[in-house]
Amino acid sequence: MSTETGTVTGSDTSRIHNIGYRSYDGVRPGRAYARRSLFSQSLRGSFGLGRSAKSKVLPMLLCGVMCMVALILVAVAMATPNMTKLPIEYTAFAIYLQAVIGLFIASQAPQSVSRDLRFKSVPLYFSRPIERLDYVIAKLAAMASALLILTGLPLVILYVGALLAKFDFAEQTKGFGQGMVSVALLSVLFAGLGLVVAALTPRRGFGVAAVIAVLTITYGAVSTVQAIAWETGSTGAITWLGLFSPITLVDGVQTAFLGASSAFPGGEGPGAAAGVAYLIVVLALVAGSYAVLMRRYRKVGL
Amino acid sequence: MIATESLSKRFPRVTALDRLSLDIGPGVTGLVGSNGAGKSTLIKILLGLSPATEGRAAVLGLDVATEGAAIRERVGYMPEHDCLPPDVSATEFVVHMARMSGLPPTAARERTADTLRHVGLYEERYRPIGGYSTGMKQRVKLAQALVHDPQLVLLDEPTNGLDPVGRDEMLGLIRRIHTDFGISVLVTSHLLGELERTCDHVVVIDGGSLLRSSSTSDFTQITTTLAVEVTDSDDHPDGTDAVRRALTGAGVKLVGLDGLDAAGLPGAGHILLVEATGEETYDLVRDSVAGLGLGLIRMEQRRHHIAEVFRTEEAPQAAVAATAGAGEQKGSGRDEH
Repeated sequence: MSTETGTVTGSDTSRIHNIGYRSYDGVRPGRAYARRSLFSQSLRGSFGLGRSAKSKVLPMLLCGVMCMVALILVAVAMATPNMTKLPIEYTAFAIYLQAVIGLFIASQAPQSVSRDLRFKSVPLYFSRPIERLDYVIAKLAAMASALLILTGLPLVILYVGALLAKFDFAEQTKGFGQGMVSVALLSVLFAGLGLVVAALTPRRGFGVAAVIAVLTITYGAVSTVQAIAWETGSTGAITWLGLFSPITLVDGVQTAFLGASSAFPGGEGPGAAAGVAYLIVVLALVAGSYAVLMRRYRKVGL
Repeated sequence: MIATESLSKRFPRVTALDRLSLDIGPGVTGLVGSNGAGKSTLIKILLGLSPATEGRAAVLGLDVATEGAAIRERVGYMPEHDCLPPDVSATEFVVHMARMSGLPPTAARERTADTLRHVGLYEERYRPIGGYSTGMKQRVKLAQALVHDPQLVLLDEPTNGLDPVGRDEMLGLIRRIHTDFGISVLVTSHLLGELERTCDHVVVIDGGSLLRSSSTSDFTQITTTLAVEVTDSDDHPDGTDAVRRALTGAGVKLVGLDGLDAAGLPGAGHILLVEATGEETYDLVRDSVAGLGLGLIRMEQRRHHIAEVFRTEEAPQAAVAATAGAGEQKGSGRDEH
């Protein structure tokens, strides 16, 4: 593309390249493309791709842990004779490994949104075709997708392992499907909550701590109170207490609708009626996260 | 390029813009105003990010109220504040911003390399931005505004925080954006002297309304005033006075002796201001000086300075000598030939 204006004097090595300003007349795919770019950049960033080697360590490690556990479960299932199904249900996997998922969202949500806020790069986005809506949607979708990869990949490993172990195909497929729906719900919910907390705490370190706090403190509180309720015999309360922390919400929904057995004390998960309440709360939280993010970015625009 | 018609922006407690009507053509346009004059508010409205309370505005012929997205695709913006993440390299950052402007990946890479080179960032562009000097950061900010080859760039205080050398380089770069790249520029500043050197047209706003809008050559019309400085010799212990008498004798009108009211400055009282009527005046000065056997230290054209707009609004022609003298005090290094 460079125009050669110099004459070749003597040898071929002495050329003068005049690479002055070149204007761009190529295609400009515009806003939808920019949104997709932001999505893929954020998604890759969640696993440290396109970032420094140091920032790849934690997300890759967490992803590795998730897959490793799945592989071990598959190995156990294959090595143990007379097993007709996997050692755990598909839906239970994410609940058991919630700490890993929590660490992932806590480390990645702040890096996804806090940097732009803290270093005031947000106005640069909004002075381009991309709009507030595009930014929020792209960031939410990227975080949810990253979580879905983190939680879905081990389920795929379990499923493939189960099929290789020649477990009942129909049963396994049904369980896998239910598991995927459940982790999809979990991903969207956690992504929303994680990004909201991160966006409200622009200092990255605080963001990490805040996300962990929101996830673990609520879970700790809920499960403690649930345990007390179980001890005192008020089993009805256990069901409703589950509404107050993200992971128990997911647990409740999948117990009610996705054939999971609840991790609540005594397995006192919600029935269909209470399950509707769980579902409504989950959807409200997701919608609320979106609304809070939109509000947050209205302020920090140009 | 930009046209506004009785554009107003009122916030609950302040009026940021008050019935501002502007018509800005291609080229480099300076937007001058003190802090809080409404410069940033105007830029926000022009980018279609903030609705005007009343009035209309169009950028590149596109209405800001309805076609904001189309405007933002064709316009670049460099904010006043710091906006760069320290942990990525300039290349990575500008590529990302290029893609956010809607450039395909390969084009984004190519244009980033080109643009960074044009703003004067070479090997350092692969290092994290955190280690850059203020001048380099300003260049990166400029690069991200230019990377998608816009038709117009809005630069908000691009020389903020730069040392005099960096300031000069940035101003030169801004000039090149128009002359070499063919991109029109709207640049804000609160320093008139800067804009005088770079802009074709200057708009002065104050308190949200238009104070003055005219081309820089109107502001600083090339005066016919010549500044002459000579050496002394044994025959003429006061060379300046000798030349003055010789020139007066030849019928040349002397505008004044420069620097009379700046006695503390070196060279005060030794610069003659001569009104030139044409080429022959230059010859006459040369011949007179040579005839007297003196050395000619300098002979240069004086220009008005934009700063005078604030002082001599009503009668810009009235006190040429006085204003030219004032201009000399403000910055003798700024004279152009």
